[in-house]
Amino acid sequence: MKTKLIELKNISKAFDGETVLDNISLYINDKEFITLLGPSGCGKTTTLRIIGGFESPDCGDVYFDGKRINEVPPYERSVNTVFQKYALFPHLNVYDNIAFGLRVAKVPKEEIEPRVSEMLALVNLRGFEKRNVSLLSGGQQQRVAIARALINNPKVLLLDEPLGALDLKLRKDMQVELKNIQHRTGITFIYVTHDQEEALSMSDTVVVMANGKIQQIGTPTDIYNEPVNAFVADFIGESNIIDGVMLSDYKVRFASEVFECLDKGFLKNEPVDVVVRPEDVDVVPVEKGMLSGVVSSVTFKGVHYEIIVDVEGFKWMIQSTDYVAPDETIGLYIEPDAIHIMKKSEFSNMFGDYSSFSDELDHLSDIVEDEE
Amino acid sequence: MKKTVAVTTQRSLFERFAAAPHLVWSVLFIITPLLFVAYYAFTDDTGAFTLLNLSAFFTDYFGIFLRSVKLAVIATLICLVIGYPVAYCISRAKPHTQKILLMLIMLPMWMNFLLRTYSWMTILQDKGLINSFLGLFGIGPLHILGTEGAVVVGMVYDYLPYMIVPIYTVMSKLDYRLVEAAHDLGCNHLGVLRRVILPLSISGVISGITMVFVPSISTFYISQKLSGGKFYLIGDAIESQYLNNNYHMVASLSLVLMLILLIGLAIVNHFTDEEGGMVP
Amino acid sequence: MRTGAKLYTALIFIFLYAPIAVMLFFSFNSGSSTAVFEGFSLKWYAELFSDAQTLNAVKNTLILAVSSSAIATVVGTAAAFGIHHMKSRYLRQLTMSVTNVPMMNPDIITGISLMLLFVFVGGMMGLATKLNFFTMLIAHITFSVPYVILSVLPKLRQMDVSLPEAALDLGCTPMQSFFKVQLPAILPGVFSGMIMAFTLSLDDFVISYFTMGVDFMTLPVHIYDMTKKNVKPDMYALATLIFVVVLILLLLSNRESSKDERMQIKRLKAERRRRLSLHKNKK
Repeated sequence: MKTKLIELKNISKAFDGETVLDNISLYINDKEFITLLGPSGCGKTTTLRIIGGFESPDCGDVYFDGKRINEVPPYERSVNTVFQKYALFPHLNVYDNIAFGLRVAKVPKEEIEPRVSEMLALVNLRGFEKRNVSLLSGGQQQRVAIARALINNPKVLLLDEPLGALDLKLRKDMQVELKNIQHRTGITFIYVTHDQEEALSMSDTVVVMANGKIQQIGTPTDIYNEPVNAFVADFIGESNIIDGVMLSDYKVRFASEVFECLDKGFLKNEPVDVVVRPEDVDVVPVEKGMLSGVVSSVTFKGVHYEIIVDVEGFKWMIQSTDYVAPDETIGLYIEPDAIHIMKKSEFSNMFGDYSSFSDELDHLSDIVEDEE
Repeated sequence: MKKTVAVTTQRSLFERFAAAPHLVWSVLFIITPLLFVAYYAFTDDTGAFTLLNLSAFFTDYFGIFLRSVKLAVIATLICLVIGYPVAYCISRAKPHTQKILLMLIMLPMWMNFLLRTYSWMTILQDKGLINSFLGLFGIGPLHILGTEGAVVVGMVYDYLPYMIVPIYTVMSKLDYRLVEAAHDLGCNHLGVLRRVILPLSISGVISGITMVFVPSISTFYISQKLSGGKFYLIGDAIESQYLNNNYHMVASLSLVLMLILLIGLAIVNHFTDEEGGMVP
Repeated sequence: MRTGAKLYTALIFIFLYAPIAVMLFFSFNSGSSTAVFEGFSLKWYAELFSDAQTLNAVKNTLILAVSSSAIATVVGTAAAFGIHHMKSRYLRQLTMSVTNVPMMNPDIITGISLMLLFVFVGGMMGLATKLNFFTMLIAHITFSVPYVILSVLPKLRQMDVSLPEAALDLGCTPMQSFFKVQLPAILPGVFSGMIMAFTLSLDDFVISYFTMGVDFMTLPVHIYDMTKKNVKPDMYALATLIFVVVLILLLLSNRESSKDERMQIKRLKAERRRRLSLHKNKK
């Protein structure tokens, strides 16, 4: 039986007149691994800080185990945080950092020792007790930060982009390890990241946020397969997002062709956004294709080629294991179950065309840098 | 920006009021005393308003004031000319050497300046070290003590470190790749100095100038000792009026000195940013 | 450095240290001349240590320096903390401007202005002697606090903004967070500010001169009185001792800052070792 552990009701928050959170409502179940995912400035970190008690909402309420905790200061909440850059105390060694919370709580000495060694074992840092924390590697500091938070037996662990400062290889290892720790301890994890891959691979539930609003809440598969709008479709994985018209149930027209699909329940001739994932488009000879276009670029990506195809001026991205030559004319084949229909939203026409692909990438990396 | 917002949203009482004692103290012992300077400058012994103290400045002290400015300007310029290359040389040394050299520059700064100045007096006097040395060659004795030159030597000696340290601070932060880039773009050594190093170290130069000029113009011990009591500077005038218990004249002279410096600083501040490297 | 530069720097250092060397040298002179060395002797040191007035001045100077630097360190550290957390940019700039006044003003103005305040207030209270130990203490605290603030503020800025939050998160009240986490993090700044305040107080002549009472004379003012007469080498002996004390203080504060740097270097080395081992593992 799932129980609501944390509930946010109609939370809004502005800094210097700039709205950061706009009427957010969200509940988090006990023992759940939930991820707040979104680009920089979407309000995910602020949401986390409100749960941690470092910010108070301008309006709306925060409930913990059914009790309103808006005014409860951080040091009286049974949540602990793993900070973005770990925030280890530089004047204390590994042992003293981990024991910090218990000492503040005046736990007797003989109880602290076994609990610290238990934590060190949990995060694979046995033998590091006397080390100076600033001399540890990023991954090791990360583990100390997790141990320092977990030792207090929090009901909830908040993690603010905890893997952001690690290099790619280490990040993958730590993802697995974090997931293991969550399983073993059975503690609710609330995880903030802008990395969609991380969110998909670790979470039970993903909350996609943009512009201070929650866009979609769902399991990773739901979010990937059934994005509710163009923003979610674009942010999670790669997608071709095309303007279309719903002719009737199971029939949609886009790119001047009519396609069968699995969606229904739209108005007749309702304008919609159509999502097709790059890996779901098959490259076929022109005569067998449902659409045809000219290859404008091909990039080798290791597992597959990334092919940009110009179909009547709209640039499609296609991932294929077969090589095609640039300037070649090819046919495209799309199965009905590869087509996903979304209602029009404020994000329509903002994403989906890969004509300015590289520019878009640059823009995204700018945002990531801003956030650091 | 996000971060500063984050820190300041939930502030404890302690964070809010930690600066309060300092603020109260500053009002009581920094701002109020300055108001008293103005009050005393414009009143006489009965407490009545008067402009006599200020007019006395123009009638009796103007010459002294001009001499103070002249000597302070000369001392500051000499410090700049001598000190700038020293700062540059130190900043180009190896990091470890830099630290030692800098410490050696600062060491005299912390030593009692009365004794250091006094030492110059014994060196420069007619039977002093220099003249005994020159006497070996049958030269002299030169009457150095009691000249304006001797006072300038004292000022330069006492305040040279205040010129070197801020210039060094700025230069040590200068990215050496800029110099390499300038060479790469065709500058010779002089060109690099004029077009890159000098403009980039100007904030240090300006702090250095302030830090030498302010104590030079207001000194009263250096001139007393090294002029051999032959002439007065503005600081000596203030001291002697203080010893006469003429607080109104003391205040008036201080007020004028302060105003002149304020105008000077306003001009200087025009060239520097918020943290122009003022601290040694 | 090239030879020319070396020569030039050496010349400047000779200029800076010549008078000090002269004092050091002649403090061991058996004669009373400060120009002709007659023979080695420690008699001026002996004389110095038997001079009750000088010894009393040293004692007074230390009492004043210890008490003023202690108070200045507490007030200044708290002030830096408060200024760092000030919400209003305007208020922060105003505070910093006022804080800068004693550093920008010539000492003589600071001294005179405080003296005028004390004389006026003392007159209102009908006191016969308006200047005493406490007026001097106030003056010393006033000019020391800005230096403490300026050496603590950068440490606060360098501190990871999440540190105090991490402390709160782990159960500290804001007070505990300050003493258990933030104070240890800024301690090097507090320490160097304290040494600075202590040294400034020891060394100050001008401000002390205008704010001291007749019954509490400090060493610099005593030296001033002594140099008004014709000086004997016992003042040189004093200068030598001061030089040694200043040297020790400077080395002490330098060691503190280089401790920081050594940590930095150690960290970089550890990082590089880790990278190298990763690299090797890949191979």
